Formats: sequence, structure tokens, C-alpha cells
Amino acid sequence: MSAPSPAPTLPVSLAANPKLSSWVKLIGEGRVAISPGKVEIGQGIVTALAQIAADELDVDIGRIEMIRASTAASPNEGVTSGSLSIQQSGRALRQVCAEVRQRFLTAASERLGVDASLLEIQDGTISGPGNVRTSYWELADDISLDHDANAGATAKIVAKRTVAGHSVQRVDIPDKVFARPRFIHDHPLPDLLHGRVLRPDISGARLIALDETATRAVPGLVAIVRDGGFAGVIADSEVAAEAALKALRSGATWSAGEPLPDEDDLAGFLKSQPVETTVIDTRTTAATLEKAARPLRRQYIRPDIAHASIAPSCAMARWDGDRVHVWTHSQGVYLLRADLAIVLKLPAENIVVEHMEGAGCYGHNAADDVALDAVLLAKGAGGRPVRVQWSRHDEMSHAPFGAAMAIEIEADLDADNEIVGWRHAIWSNGHAARPGRAAQPALLAATEIASPYPRMISTNPPAANGGGGDRNSVPLYDLPAWTVTSHRLLTMPVRTSALRTLGGQGNVFAIESLLDEIAALRGEDPIAFRLRHLREERAKEVIRAAARRAQWKPQKQSGIGHGVGFARYKNTGAYCAAIAEIEGTEDIRVKRLTLAVDVGEAINPDGVINQIEGGAIQATSWVLKERVRFDRTRITSTSWTDYPILTFIEVPMVDVEIVQRAEIEPVGAGEAAHGPVTAAIANAVYDCLGVRVRDLPITRDKIIAAMELAS
Amino acid sequence: MPTIQFQLNGAAAAVDTDPDQTLLDVLRGRLGVTSPHFGCGAGECGACYVMVGDRAMASCDMPMWSVADKDVVTVEGLGTAEQPHPLQRAFISEQAMQCGYCVSGMLISAAALLKRNPSPTEAEVKTALDRNLCRCGSHNRIVRAVLRAAAEMAGS
Repeated sequence: MSAPSPAPTLPVSLAANPKLSSWVKLIGEGRVAISPGKVEIGQGIVTALAQIAADELDVDIGRIEMIRASTAASPNEGVTSGSLSIQQSGRALRQVCAEVRQRFLTAASERLGVDASLLEIQDGTISGPGNVRTSYWELADDISLDHDANAGATAKIVAKRTVAGHSVQRVDIPDKVFARPRFIHDHPLPDLLHGRVLRPDISGARLIALDETATRAVPGLVAIVRDGGFAGVIADSEVAAEAALKALRSGATWSAGEPLPDEDDLAGFLKSQPVETTVIDTRTTAATLEKAARPLRRQYIRPDIAHASIAPSCAMARWDGDRVHVWTHSQGVYLLRADLAIVLKLPAENIVVEHMEGAGCYGHNAADDVALDAVLLAKGAGGRPVRVQWSRHDEMSHAPFGAAMAIEIEADLDADNEIVGWRHAIWSNGHAARPGRAAQPALLAATEIASPYPRMISTNPPAANGGGGDRNSVPLYDLPAWTVTSHRLLTMPVRTSALRTLGGQGNVFAIESLLDEIAALRGEDPIAFRLRHLREERAKEVIRAAARRAQWKPQKQSGIGHGVGFARYKNTGAYCAAIAEIEGTEDIRVKRLTLAVDVGEAINPDGVINQIEGGAIQATSWVLKERVRFDRTRITSTSWTDYPILTFIEVPMVDVEIVQRAEIEPVGAGEAAHGPVTAAIANAVYDCLGVRVRDLPITRDKIIAAMELAS
Repeated sequence: MPTIQFQLNGAAAAVDTDPDQTLLDVLRGRLGVTSPHFGCGAGECGACYVMVGDRAMASCDMPMWSVADKDVVTVEGLGTAEQPHPLQRAFISEQAMQCGYCVSGMLISAAALLKRNPSPTEAEVKTALDRNLCRCGSHNRIVRAVLRAAAEMAGS
């Protein structure tokens, strides 16, 4: 007797939001509204989702209107993060649109008296034999989409897709080149006021006294808003708001702050704090235990990294009685609403949170914090909307950072320098303190108000969600034994939360650096060494593809180095291999990056290439230049001068090959490149200069220090 | 407050303003011209660039007194969807952005470059854009877009 086949299951986002009409609506003549819960954060997701919908519905992509997420109407898809939007929103929309299409075909069949199997849909027009025809829009009044999806319909087979899988132009780009307001920063609201919030320079300091006299004299001031240690101004223009803030600052008295670690001894700090220790994974095989082994122990450091979006965070809020409307570039409108409800002590239904685009978002930045700032300030605005924009200084010092990491790997090598044991340990603050997930809010101002909440100590997502500090720490390589341990700090003097890849960049840097070192010890080509230890064909294929494309390994030339790095993001996402070509002596320059990536079905291939290119360049910037700076009292890297990022002259050529696998469910591309590129550059530095730099960023000083250590 | 007159996108503009107020504040706050973006307020990122004569300059730290009688161009004055500037067309063709917040500053730096040097080399494009920061990593697409626009302008 054969087991019954399992009932078809809905994609996760659809199971949580099953009503078809919450995703798709036929609007007006010839238009389709698509309403995902995921948001545009500069990654092009809205276009890829429009492609999926256009394909399944058989309408031209130009007919599709993408609706911005809002708690008033959108499906709740949690947070737009973790390279999951294609997986979650894309799968849900594909299923929804397949069901909608089927419902319309059934209705058309009845109206036209033609069997549904004989009907075809072309750009929304449904036609059949005998020249009978109708359309989605003619039938729309007769068909309710207020039904739950039932997983009954089947999406198109790959060969029938004409939009998904092909590069299309992004839907948001024309607005951005023709200066049509699209960013929240540019959005006009009637009667808009401008707010600014007073924040301390000294880390952890609290406002204890405020002389408002000078501020009251500032022309254009509308109100000073004070709630415990939270203080800010509202004015009738940004200029007036800035002037009022300056006056307010001069009248502020702050408590002593909380000491910060020694920025030059991050490992010492991270390893000396109270921690919560978790064994992430272990593997043992009997074959290896008997072999004599000698350990090779290495420590790798990744500093705190700033999000450093080009725009400072911005939000708007407007109160109407005990209801408030919030405009935000948060990654999760429902999650932000949950935290706002806690702080405001209001039912969530009283709060509408609506998304608007901000500048590129690479994780949990200050978007949510500034939303609460706007909500608190708008209380003093008499029902007028208030727009709050952070300063560059506050953006670079008060927003959460990607957490510093100390990673120690001890590899046991046998007489042939083959790996027989592997112990990987991570010391780091948690990599997630996002709003909406705990009984306490994660928003900055919530720690400042008169009845303050404690600052949320960042934690790590569970392994099932890709982990946090431990992300990508379990080797994808078929090593005979390993133990992976994560030590999460229980103190948090430097505020940390989710930044692209979470711990993935640090862990891949460490693993791929040590593998490279062991391959060199063996005198084995680093690519051959990796291929020999990998079992998954998709993993091997991206490495081979990158190697072919970079003509691995080019002839050795003085002053030029090549290195390779590989990872499968989260060990469950996109496969990516990178080869770096660098030149230099003490000052190195990354000349070229060659990458191959496998995301399964690439919905918008040019979009995938754009994400991989962008990730590769951002990772190069992290590796060569970036490190949050602080002294013992305050963050000091608060401007672009003190926190430099890669500029045009320094940017490498980036060449990307997609290994297209249209038959495999798609995964995201936004975080696949960072780890592999980091490792490839570090390994190229060794190839070029003969030294291993294990302490990021790889600057002139670090290279000289490594050379001195080696000599 | 004195009246300061200047040319904005080919039309005469006159603003009663504190002469120390910045051009960016006047453009965004008074005139509703939103393509120049605030990024840092210190002239370090390029998001607020406007073209003054044939130079791309930061408007966030440019006092209004220095703008008197000058010829100022923002992206609003480059072209429209109906009549795009070759750079706008090229940025679409090359899909030359991710978030696009820096793009108005990029367009302005590129437009100023092409005014001074209609057929720049790749290295010259990179040098001209080097003070415009992009955090998403769209640099190479932007360079390709500028070279494409230059080629199109040379051919027309």
C-alpha cells in the first residue's frame, strides 16, 4: 500500500495571508494591482515580483501597479531581509496568480460556453475557438477574490514563462532619473512640519536637565517636545528645526555615559565578556579519531561595520486623536507597528504604518528608530504631520552597527596536512535586535522616554533561519569532524543588530582563509583543494564557472595576486564563488572581481547581476576601508571623512556569471557575494605579498603589521 | 531679508532669504526642487550636487549669497521623460542604480563633465565622479551609463 500523497501546501507567506484579494486586485480598465508584503529597499524586488505576477496572469508587465506595503491592507510578510523576498513573496504571488488565473478561466468558460482547456489568455484577454473573447476586466465584477488560496492551481511550467527569467527594466528607475519624488525624503504632505531629536555625543548618556530658554527664541519654532530623556523640536521648516536643535543642545545637561571597549583590542574585549554559549553543530566520524594530528590555530577579526546609507533615516507621522499614521522606510511595517503599539500603549489597530522608499537599506538601520521619533514629536504638532530626518552624525553613531566578531578556528592536520578535525568558535554580540519580535520594543527612543524600556541586547536568529553570529559557520565542506560554537555577548556597549549577511561575512572570511592556508601548506591549488572537499554539484559548478571565467590560475606576476572564496549563503541560499585580482605592495588595490552565482531560477537576471555586483563592491569597501571607530566614551566615525567608503577610482571591475537553473526554486542574491569576496581578497593578498591578514579591514597598517610578524 | 536672484533650470528665480542659508535648503524647502538630496550636510557625499555653470558643486554647504546671478541646473532641468537628457536615457538603459538616492548627484557630476569634456575616457569619468559616494555598489554601471551618453551625444 502506498502512502497517500501529501496535501499540497501553501508557500509560507500565503499560508499566513491566504486571501487572494489581499495580494491581487483587478483595478480600473486594464490594470492589475499587486500588493506584496515585502518592500523595495533598493534591491529591485518590486520589479521581480511584478515579473512573476505578469507571467502567471499573462498580462503585460506595464499593466501591473505595485502597491507599497501598509498595515492598512497589505499581507503581513514580516521583514524584508535575509535574501528571502523572492523565496517568500515570490512563491506566494506565483501561487496566488495561478489561482486567480484559474478562477478567471473557469468563469470565462461558463460565460463563453467554451471548455476552459480551449481558452488562452494573452495580455489579460481570454479567447477561444470561434473568436470568442472576454477579459479579466470584463469578468472582474463577477468574480470575488475574497477567497482563501487552496493550493489547487498549478503555476506555469518553466518553458511557458515569458517574463520571469528574463531581464526587464526596473519599474522604479524612471522616477529616479527624472526627479519624480519617490523617496520618503522628497514626499510632500500638506501642512508638513519638521522635527529634530536631541541625542548625546557620549555613548549611553541620558538627558538629565534641559534649559529651553534659547530654543524658545528661535524663529519658526512650533514646539519643544520632552518625554523624560527624549527631547526634540518641531518647527515650520528644516532650517528652523536645525537652528532650534542647536539651541536645545546648548541647554542640555547629560549624565555620564557608559564606557566603550578599546577599539584596538576588539578580540580582547569580545573574549572577556559574559556570554551565552551555544554548540551550533558537531560532526564526528570514527575514521579520523585514530589519526595523529597537530593543531593549527588561527584567529580572525571583523570590526563593527556601519550601514552608512547615503541618506540619513527619515520618517513622517500624523496624529488624529488617538490614532496615528506613520510613513517609514522600515523593512517591516507590521513589526514596527507592534513596537509602536507597546511604546504608545495603544492597540495596533490605532496605528497605520505605510512604507515609502528610502535610500539603500542593508539591514536594521535607524529607519525604525526615526519612525518612533516622528510619532513622539508629532504629539506636539496639533494634528499636523511631522517629518523627522536624522543627521549624518546621528546616523553614523546612534543607528545599530553590524557586530564585531572574533573567530577562532583550530584545524587538526594529519601528516599530509589533510584536515582531520575542525573547531570553529565565534565571540560576538548578537546580530539581531529588530523591532516587533519581543515583549519590549527595540526602538531607540523607547530607552529615552520617562518610563524607559531597557536597551534590547541583540540576540541571534535560530539556526533554522540561518543563524546570526553563527551564520555560515558550519562548513559546507565534507570535513571528517567539526565542532562549531557560538559565544553571544550578554553586554552590548556598542549597539548592534542585523547588517547584510549577519555573521556570514566574518565566518566565510575565517573558513575560506584557513582553507587557503592549508591548501598552501599542502602545495595544492586552492580551487582543486576546495573541489576535492565539496560534495554538492551546484557548489562545485559555481567555483568551476568562476575559475573558467577568471582563467584560473593566471601566470604569477610580481605585484599581482589572485585569491578565491566560496560560500553558499546561509548554507541554504545562493551559491557564490569569487576570484579577486589585486595589485600592490603595502597599499593594495582590488583590480577585478570575477564571480559566479547560482540562485536557482533567476527571475530578473540583470537584477541578480546588479545585486551581486553591488554586494561585491560593498564587500570590497568593508574589507579595504571600513571599521566603526570609537574612543572610550563615544563613537568617533561620524562623518564620511572618519568612515570612508570605497570611491569610483578604487572600485574594481566586477564580472558576474549566472549559473541559471530555471527548474530550481529561486533564492535571493543580495547577500551571497559578501563572504566569498572578502575571503577572495584576503587570499589574493597572501598570493601577492606572502602574508595573511586576519584582522579586517586589510589596510596598509595591517599589512605592514602582518609583514613584521612574518619576518 | 535681501532678495537673491539667480537662474534656475533656465528660468529666472528670486528668493528673499538669509544670505547664509544654503542653496539646498532653498531648493528643497522653499522652491520644492527635490532632486538634490541631503546626504551629509558637509559636502562630502555628492547627493546634493547641482551644476553651477559647468561645475558640479555641493549645494548643502553653498550659501545663497554665493549663488547670486549664477546659473544653477538640477536634474529637474536636465530633461523630462518626454525629452530626456542622453544621461537620463543611458542611466535607464544601463539600469545604473540600486536604490538611486545618489543618482541625481551622479547625473549632475556627469552632466558637468560632459559639458567640459564631451568625450571622456573611462578614467576621466571615474575621476569626475570620485566625490559622489554610492553605497549600493552601482559604480561600474554608472560609469558605463556616462560613457554611453557621451557616445550618443558625439554621434548625434
